[in-house]
Amino acid sequence: MTALAGLLAQILNGIQYGLLLFLISSGLTLIFGVMGVINLAHGSLFMIGAYLAYVIASVTGSLWLALPAAILGGVLFGALLERGLFRRFRAREHLDQVLLTFALILLFEEARAALLDNQFHSVPVPAILDFSVPVIGGFAYSAYRLAVLVICLGVAGLMVLFVERTKIGSAIRAAAEKPEMVDLLGIDAGRIHTLVFAAGTALAMLAGALAAPLQSVYPGMGDGFLILSFIVVVIGGLGSIAGAFWSALLIGLIDTLGKAYVPQAAGIAVCALMAVVLLWRPTGLFSRA
Amino acid sequence: MTLTGARGNLMLALGALAVASMPLWATPYHMQLASTALIAAMFALSLQVLVGGVGLVSLAHAGFYGLGAYSVYLLGLPKLGLSVAVTLPAAILLSGGAALAIGALALRTKGFFFLMATLAFGQMLFFLFHDTPLGGGADGVFIQRPPIGITLSRGNRPTVLLLVNLGTLTAMYAALWWLMRTLFGRALLGIKANEHRMAAMGHDVQGLKLAAFTVAGALAGVAGHMAALTDAFVSPELLGWHRSAEALLMVLLGGIGALHGPILGAFALTLVQEAGQMLTERQRLVEGGVILAAVLLLRHGLAGGRGR
Repeated sequence: MTALAGLLAQILNGIQYGLLLFLISSGLTLIFGVMGVINLAHGSLFMIGAYLAYVIASVTGSLWLALPAAILGGVLFGALLERGLFRRFRAREHLDQVLLTFALILLFEEARAALLDNQFHSVPVPAILDFSVPVIGGFAYSAYRLAVLVICLGVAGLMVLFVERTKIGSAIRAAAEKPEMVDLLGIDAGRIHTLVFAAGTALAMLAGALAAPLQSVYPGMGDGFLILSFIVVVIGGLGSIAGAFWSALLIGLIDTLGKAYVPQAAGIAVCALMAVVLLWRPTGLFSRA
Repeated sequence: MTLTGARGNLMLALGALAVASMPLWATPYHMQLASTALIAAMFALSLQVLVGGVGLVSLAHAGFYGLGAYSVYLLGLPKLGLSVAVTLPAAILLSGGAALAIGALALRTKGFFFLMATLAFGQMLFFLFHDTPLGGGADGVFIQRPPIGITLSRGNRPTVLLLVNLGTLTAMYAALWWLMRTLFGRALLGIKANEHRMAAMGHDVQGLKLAAFTVAGALAGVAGHMAALTDAFVSPELLGWHRSAEALLMVLLGGIGALHGPILGAFALTLVQEAGQMLTERQRLVEGGVILAAVLLLRHGLAGGRGR
């Protein structure tokens, strides 16, 4: 029974981790799909969100303020980055994009070290959610983790509604599928780019803020998420929100269960899965091509 | 990418002479620094086969570099005690073999997907040494240098290692200079210029790319092997994608337009990093700034050449 309860907990952890991965990789997939920009610094945005949560939680004593702050800050920061820097790199070669965003990783890490420190920090779970919910037969699960699950699902739902049902959403989909279409339709492509980049940044920072109480906040914490969310994008297919959703859940489960039961093989297993998908469908499982 | 002309090669030869004369005038510390730059140059030069040669940007390259380094650990003194005559060919075979396998998979994809596939495969190699006991653990291990034919002492070590590294880099450069002049090398440059035309002319584009990926990986293994030999230390960090990005930086800094560009880029970056270390604690600020400057301003690299 304890083994079963443990498995159930790990499955829930995997789903919750997968949903966080979805928040990160949905931005990544849209940014590449719409703008054609490879952003290796996307994991650093996650790290910045987590540190923002840490700072706000230790100043105000509450994590709740950090969530809107991460979203608002992310929108502003993302818009600034797109207007100031990424816009110029849209037409550049991959080599330039890779190096530019690698430089941003280094600069963000250095800025973090200069403004704060290089220590590990823990962020307390909000007091209202600091209890366990009994699930079945004496097995209880952290209320905060359940809340993260619900918030992520809510954000995912809102995003799907926005992308599938609104006019701007359909322009984004058009831009992701055929960038030249957007110009033909008379839509301001520049504004779409700023919007997508700002939204992607906000999602990554929100994911960081949500993840802060779940794991320690530490330098380079975005690196693992970066690799995994790129794998999610590759498996899901570029520019596909639905693909990102299902493959994020898959990767979240494999990585979490792998780390729990075969810790030595977890990292390799995820990469091996990607290798299989590339062999079978080189453009991802959910791409239409 | 253009092949370096007679004048360029003469300049390189003069540079090599200057490095070779270091035991006469430089301190052991500076000779070690020069060895670091020579190894970085080998690593970047091996990547140039891909970037300048076929126009492929790979983030798995450090994986092959690290495999070359770990082959010294796996076959060398603490374990099997084999000499360089075995560890170096083993590094070439191991790294080349891994590049062949990974390249065969990753080259099924293009553009963004290729970049991501190489990133993930490179990290897979990283995890292999980081998460399993195969390579002596996540923190790395000190190794004893395998016998290289000359008995190393504290006194002669910097000199011998400097000359060995210089010789290896020279051999690698000469080999690549020759290789890029062969029909194979010309075909690679043709793919970089216009892949579809090369395919239409009946060239096996996929096969050529895979061959280039394998050669580049094997040569990265040589660089990694020399790094392990020189530093007597290996760690999973050697395989991480940050190091691949650093190699790309050296290639871009030196110029993807010329075969010898990465050598200049490697020396320039090593010098900048050393200067940065002396001036400030903030290493990443220096390196990030250099990259930004290189990407924003120095579009053709130190070696010039219209490679883009």
